[in-house]
Amino acid sequence: MSGWIRVSSLTSPPETAPGGPAGVAAVSLSPGRRAWQRFRRNRLGFRSFVIFCTLFVLSLGAELISNDKPLVARYSGAWYLPIVKSAPETAFGGDFETPTDFLDPFIRQQFAKPGNWALYPPNPYHHSTIDYFAKAPNPAPPSADNWLGTDDRGRDVAARLIYGFRISVLFALALTAIGTVLGVITGALQGFFGGKTDLAFQRFIEIWGSMPELYLLIIFAAVFDPSIGLLLILLSLFGWMGLSDYVRAEFLRNRQLDYVRAARALGLSNWQIIRRHVLPNSMTPVVTFLPFRMSGAILALTSLDFLGLGVPPGTPSLGELLSQGKSNIDAWWISLSTFAVLVITLLLLTFMGDALRDALDPRKSDK
Amino acid sequence: MKRPAPLLEVSDLRVAFDGKEVVRGIDFTIQPGEKLALVGESGSGKTVTALSLLRLVMNAQISGAAGFRGRDLLALPESELRAVRGSEIAMIFQEPMTALNPLFTVGEQIAEVLELKQGHSRADASRIAVDLLAETGITEPQRRAKAFPHQLSGGQRQRAMIAMALACKPQLLLADEPTTALDVTLRAQILDLLTALQRQNGMAVLLITHDLNLVRRFADRVAVMENGLIVEQGSVAQVFADPRHAYTRRLIDSQPVRDVPSRRHDAAVFDPVMQAKALRVSYPVPIAGVRGWFRKGEFVAVQGADFAIHPGQTLGVIGESGSGKSTLALAALGLLPFQGALQVAGGAWHKGAEADKILRQAVQVVFQDPFSSLSPRMTIEEIVGEGLRVHAPTLSTAQRQARVLTALDEVGLTQAQFPALLTRYPHEFSGGQRQRIAIARALVVGPRLLVLDEPTSALDVTIQKQVLQLLQGLQRELGLSYLLITHDVDVIRAMAHDVIVMKDGVVVESGSVEQVLAAPQHEYTRVLVAAAV
Repeated sequence: MSGWIRVSSLTSPPETAPGGPAGVAAVSLSPGRRAWQRFRRNRLGFRSFVIFCTLFVLSLGAELISNDKPLVARYSGAWYLPIVKSAPETAFGGDFETPTDFLDPFIRQQFAKPGNWALYPPNPYHHSTIDYFAKAPNPAPPSADNWLGTDDRGRDVAARLIYGFRISVLFALALTAIGTVLGVITGALQGFFGGKTDLAFQRFIEIWGSMPELYLLIIFAAVFDPSIGLLLILLSLFGWMGLSDYVRAEFLRNRQLDYVRAARALGLSNWQIIRRHVLPNSMTPVVTFLPFRMSGAILALTSLDFLGLGVPPGTPSLGELLSQGKSNIDAWWISLSTFAVLVITLLLLTFMGDALRDALDPRKSDK
Repeated sequence: MKRPAPLLEVSDLRVAFDGKEVVRGIDFTIQPGEKLALVGESGSGKTVTALSLLRLVMNAQISGAAGFRGRDLLALPESELRAVRGSEIAMIFQEPMTALNPLFTVGEQIAEVLELKQGHSRADASRIAVDLLAETGITEPQRRAKAFPHQLSGGQRQRAMIAMALACKPQLLLADEPTTALDVTLRAQILDLLTALQRQNGMAVLLITHDLNLVRRFADRVAVMENGLIVEQGSVAQVFADPRHAYTRRLIDSQPVRDVPSRRHDAAVFDPVMQAKALRVSYPVPIAGVRGWFRKGEFVAVQGADFAIHPGQTLGVIGESGSGKSTLALAALGLLPFQGALQVAGGAWHKGAEADKILRQAVQVVFQDPFSSLSPRMTIEEIVGEGLRVHAPTLSTAQRQARVLTALDEVGLTQAQFPALLTRYPHEFSGGQRQRIAIARALVVGPRLLVLDEPTSALDVTIQKQVLQLLQGLQRELGLSYLLITHDVDVIRAMAHDVIVMKDGVVVESGSVEQVLAAPQHEYTRVLVAAAV
């Protein structure tokens, strides 16, 4: 009996007796919307969310920000879109039929002539561009040409960071999505049906979870050609178990609540009960963990790349840059800038996660 | 009239959490050896009042004064207050299972108090602990002192906690709902024990409760709290005979009143809505040891119940916790496998999905706790309309809405009172309103039988009366039959036509309500009925 005042004092203006006038609340908000409003009120968390989304959207357009081809070019009265369709060097007064190297001083000269011009992206290097015309030996320190210097193969560090960030976040999103779907499905099955299903699944998870994940990765990296897809599959195989336990616990708790019994008494099928009653009320740990799972996935990819077990060579990756920074310890700009990108990304995700956890905490008041 | 110096004098006590006052300036006094009852519904601030006297509430701003034997408890330094706690003012709580440490035996916990507060040696302390347990009337105190809390029954635990509280012979005992968690038959015993010990030690008691029967039986004076204020106080006889404040009158009036259609004498002509013959429900339980790997034991929750529910009438099932009455309800709903014959609205459960679905429309349920029986993430329209999606899938959205509104109207919730009623969420409603919503969810599919599993136990007494009145009205208008599960004799008296009494899974007595309550045959029924008065 003393239980319910605590709940209701959190949620609503003073109690009104049945038959009395309605509560003050004019707009009724779903629990999800209230959580979103609480999240928005957390300034650190919400700003982190905005900044992270902005950075991610910008990085999706990395080709427009950091590319070695001009966005638009006009040469001898003709329009060119080199970023979409590459043109041979002969088109711009060169001697070869090969694709144009727009960093070539000769080509730049051609565009400097009256009537010709080219609009370069802010950072005129692709992640794979090797600058054959660099003024300093590789790795070159930060300069007006290369804002964050170049790596040991003469590629622009800033460009590699932008593309590397994009790959990391995309990879993390995919891994989180797959892991969450698998985790929710398996957790739901165990928790809702309980009994023998639960027992069998739990034993399977114990066996599966005790497999040496890193050894498997090393073996598979040796057997198969390394690729992002392979990494995604391998990490997903092991990534769902943590979440599955939380979802299972929520389902075990929620399935014996009275509203589920009432739904059974109304004649709803198992699937309807899961979908409409138990699942929506079991999503809190899932949502709370999303940012932390993202940061975990980014870290996993970075560490594997650092060890050389990750993405194929040539792919822009934060881990690969870190490993370069380790081999070229005096080229401080490589390790420092990569470190900064990683720290900022992980911090933003952690702040988001904290804010989300507070927003979904039922014990927090609605202020 | 002589007036000795009061033992405790509380003036202008205010307690606030985050700037929100829950106790808003109350005054009361307790004389030495006096029994004062603080009565109120949940949220009235009565428990916070008691806790703040010993400054046991976290994160609260407390102001005012509480003079106790020449000192102000609210201004005392923490170290001196600690000396007062336990030795001069002791406290017992509602739920002894959580108030006792599960890792120590009861004897150790009592002895600890004696060692700390009175400087007894360890051997002396354990000897006195056994004596104290004996004083509380626990059987075999020697053995019980060596028991861990989980090895004791609820009543024994509460006795052990009383022994612990009284170890230092305090002048004042704060008893916070000391019997609420106990079964009815135990309540009277614990209360009598408290009275005896109080008289013997000459201590004062502040009893915090929502139960007016307890007050009448136990206290000398009573103070009625509402919304953080004491609205009325005086001697028990005077307040009960002549309540001044409207709220006190409402509290005293909250005894449920019988207002149900009278028994139909032609009931035998119609088939019963539900009829059980030798209904038996059992659960598998693990067996210890190697044998348990291959087979399960069996716990029989209900053994051989016979009953019939006639159209438009109520069958009350009364029993204490663990008597199997809720299991009986789940079996009646077809949510548990059972043995024996159970005829439901002309059919039987577990005869295939389609057959069950038809029966589900005829038999619906209302649960005890209105906070766990409504999904917090669904709107009122979704909650109430859900049954229609299953049983009348052809309805258009507008038709469904109309039927949802009709059902809500029947339980007294209208859009005039609650603008945008359909799009609201459960958290915007009070306990009583939620219980109405739960009843509307059951009504919307047009059932013939409602299974009511302790429908009012989680509600405040005044709300309880309103919900019972609603159920009585629905029975009159819609001709519903009820299977009413409760531990409360008053509810049975107000609602039921026939009664079955359950104890440890066995139906020990059955008959018409007049016969069972007026002339109980079985020993257990006699205790139950006597305890309720």
